[in-house]
Amino acid sequence: MQVAMTVNGREVSGDVEPRTLLVHFIRESLRLTGTHVGCETSYCGACTIQVDGAAVKSCTMLAVQADGATIRTVEGLADGDQLHAVQEGFWERHGLQCGFCTPGMLMSAASLLEQNASPSEDEIRHAIEGNLCRCTGYHNIVRSIEYAASKLRGEEPAPPDWTMDFEGVS
Amino acid sequence: MTTSISAMGGIVRRKEDPALITGQGKYVDDIRLNGEAVTAFVRSPFAHARINSIDTSAAAAMPGVVAVYTIDDVRHLGPVLAQVPVGVMRPLLADGAVHHAGEAVAMVVAENSYVARDAAEAVLVDYEPLPAVVDMKAAAAGATKVHEGSESNVLVTWFSHDWWPGVFELVDHRPAIAEAKERDDVVVVSQEMTNQRLIPTAIEPRAVLADWNHGYNRVNLWSSTQMPHALAGAVAKTFGLPSNEVHVVAPEVGGGFGAKLNIYPDEILTVFASKALGRPVRWTETRREAAFSTIQGRGWVATATITGTKDGKILGYELDGIADMGAYSQNFTAAIPVLGLFVAQGQYDIPLAWQVSCVQTNTQTTDAYRGAGRPEAAYYIERIIDMYAAAIDMDPADVRRKNFFKKEDFPATTAIGLTMDSGDYEKNLDTLIADVDYAGLRAMQAAARAEGRYVGIGLSTYVEVCGFAPSVLAEFGFGWDAYGMPTSFSGSGLVRVNPDGSATVIIGTGPSGQGHQTTWAQVVSDRLGIDYDSVRVTHGNTAESPTGVGTFGSRSAAVDGAATYEAAEKVGKKAAEIVAHMLEASADDIRFADGGAHVAGSPGHKVTWAEIAEVAYKPHKGPEGMEAGLEAHAVFSPGNATWPFGSHLAVVEVDPDTGNVEIQRYVGIDDCGNRINPMIVDGQIHGGIAQGIGQAMFEDAIYDDEGNLLSGSLIDYPIPAAGDLPAFELGWTNTPTDVNPMGVKGIGEAGTIGSAQTIVNAVVDALAPLGVKHIDMPLRPRRVWDAIQKARG
Repeated sequence: MQVAMTVNGREVSGDVEPRTLLVHFIRESLRLTGTHVGCETSYCGACTIQVDGAAVKSCTMLAVQADGATIRTVEGLADGDQLHAVQEGFWERHGLQCGFCTPGMLMSAASLLEQNASPSEDEIRHAIEGNLCRCTGYHNIVRSIEYAASKLRGEEPAPPDWTMDFEGVS
Repeated sequence: MTTSISAMGGIVRRKEDPALITGQGKYVDDIRLNGEAVTAFVRSPFAHARINSIDTSAAAAMPGVVAVYTIDDVRHLGPVLAQVPVGVMRPLLADGAVHHAGEAVAMVVAENSYVARDAAEAVLVDYEPLPAVVDMKAAAAGATKVHEGSESNVLVTWFSHDWWPGVFELVDHRPAIAEAKERDDVVVVSQEMTNQRLIPTAIEPRAVLADWNHGYNRVNLWSSTQMPHALAGAVAKTFGLPSNEVHVVAPEVGGGFGAKLNIYPDEILTVFASKALGRPVRWTETRREAAFSTIQGRGWVATATITGTKDGKILGYELDGIADMGAYSQNFTAAIPVLGLFVAQGQYDIPLAWQVSCVQTNTQTTDAYRGAGRPEAAYYIERIIDMYAAAIDMDPADVRRKNFFKKEDFPATTAIGLTMDSGDYEKNLDTLIADVDYAGLRAMQAAARAEGRYVGIGLSTYVEVCGFAPSVLAEFGFGWDAYGMPTSFSGSGLVRVNPDGSATVIIGTGPSGQGHQTTWAQVVSDRLGIDYDSVRVTHGNTAESPTGVGTFGSRSAAVDGAATYEAAEKVGKKAAEIVAHMLEASADDIRFADGGAHVAGSPGHKVTWAEIAEVAYKPHKGPEGMEAGLEAHAVFSPGNATWPFGSHLAVVEVDPDTGNVEIQRYVGIDDCGNRINPMIVDGQIHGGIAQGIGQAMFEDAIYDDEGNLLSGSLIDYPIPAAGDLPAFELGWTNTPTDVNPMGVKGIGEAGTIGSAQTIVNAVVDALAPLGVKHIDMPLRPRRVWDAIQKARG
């Protein structure tokens, strides 16, 4: 079947089997491999993208269902060399370790901040509950999203909270 | 001659991140080769069955199917190689029988993954079910055998007093402890506890891509592995190649936690298929499949016993347990409990009598999962010490302090003959007690109890052991001999200053999120004064790097980092001679800083690294007779492991009506020596704590009596989500180690080793007014609620 959609501002089309998952179309046909597959069952959230502005797990949607849609993946998050605030936040506040969940996490975070400019810590934790991370314990992911929220509001982000005061090194 | 080590400890943004936050990181499944075929496995629905026949004809006839393989095609390659080959080794595909549910029976190779999976469904296997044994105790009793015809399901029993016969002469503490139990002034506290089986669950499923080049008769292999050189050796040994003809690349690896520290059948089978078919062959694990194709961890049941005086002096600690190996042994399976034995007595100078039997069951293999034996060991001693404290009505902090190894005991010899490098446990615990205002917390708890609330405070200390050493441990199995790569667990690093003055650092480890590019660049930048942004670190590539051991056991910084440090020192020594020649000064007076070198005391008298490099690569400009070029390789073989430690505390509140546990605070004071990048160290501890809380609260690999895994998906096996965890509060002590020149100890597993029992201790403390003494993990609401109901009678 023929599908056509706008991905990261670019018109794309392709011929797919009806059963082709959207995430596989994005990764295999478009070769946009920033969107990851962690479970294929919509639990882990590594494949989260934006479809018509809403965060969607792209392993739980067929490519044909996205026909005509406007899609944004992690590759479309930055504006040229200018990182999106959530990307900057994750870099500045060590919001990633292995990086595998990160693209999905960034897309969920960006979607949250589009809806709620000043989320509380609880609201952030709730908003990313569909995105599993095994490395960070989420502590620095929360701080990264808080950083991004501050930047988007035009405010100075809170300083990092990692422990700097240590002893014994002269 | 170089800037002080104290220049480290700096926060720099990670070199890895710009690619990873923009979707440019390349994991194995992101790499595509022209003409590649894709595999899928046929997996057994039975935990134990004879295979009467396998009919692959329908699958093989499907359009798009390239080949279907069974054991008959690959038996000649032998079983999967293992570092510690104790037990029954896993065949590449089931050979006549299956021994756990999900065991791979046949491999389909097809043009794409959709076709491969369809064809796997079309392979017909005639199984004749056999009795399975799943429960560890039943397996140890041995009525039903995991492998037909075997004499016993017990592979080995590890005893603390003779864990390595002939090497250590150790005291058997059992008679003395038995004698102590007869005394009138002692209490004996004993409890059986389960440390349940876990599924490691790195978010990146494992993936492998093999490309056999018949022209060169060599293989290129991309794998999401933690040990690229060991894999190269294993593939070479299996296929009769020298190891340098197997080029393994571990690109971005999406979390490992020990689960990617194995040679896996799929790695060997994709190489086999690529060789047979003359085209690249890929396999990517599905999440559901991961529960069968990747090792699991923990899975112990043991009785811990403390014999001690009524005023808190421990006279003996005993552990008698069983550890579940699963059906086959893989990399380190039967030796995992030995890692627990290394830290069995925790921070306490106490007599130890420990025995753990390794038992096979008809389940997936267990092996190293973050902490690997050490979280289990810490759990048992720290739980039973809390029960002992409760029995003698003494504060758990005071009981711990009373039995600590003292600062002046270090280097301290443990009951099993190992030497712990450094420790100041009292200071570490005191730091925690002061930071959290422990007395204030207890007062808060008393007030809450007066209101009828169930607030608990849990405490745990721990000892970790990182960077396994000395070299002689290779003879026990701490080496890659079995993979055709005889080596101890040394570290390696190569530092090269390029002609333009930039530096390339090549390390033998293969990280999976630990930020090695950043950390190693800091080390080299610090030693040589080369700008951090001008240092490139490459890793996980066996064709480029010196032989490396891999990333596990919290070893990379303390061993490979130290090797890189020493390689940088060597480069610095040669560069100092070049600079001395350029500036007409003495080499002893040359200092490296700020992108170049200068003469001590006259910072204006300087040259840049680009200028130094040019002279290094144009020998006619340099000191007479000096070899051109500027690079050095170092291998660091530490004389001992490092022994980090810490103290953790949790505050929880239990809702008695629902059994729900709310973690209100989690505080960790860890001591990993010097920290190269505190930001990264914090991150390691955060993740480690999260995995320990995952075990304490949520995770459980549950098999039914017939060996079906009931919790193999992320909905049945809930790893912690953001809303399940609190923000973490961390602090530090720093007790120096002289095991390596940087004074670093390692931090990868510490958080996991310290945390599970901290939570359980807190929950049991919360429910103490009801008389609850113990609840087995995971502390899901139903289990806690049941314990409350039982206590209330």
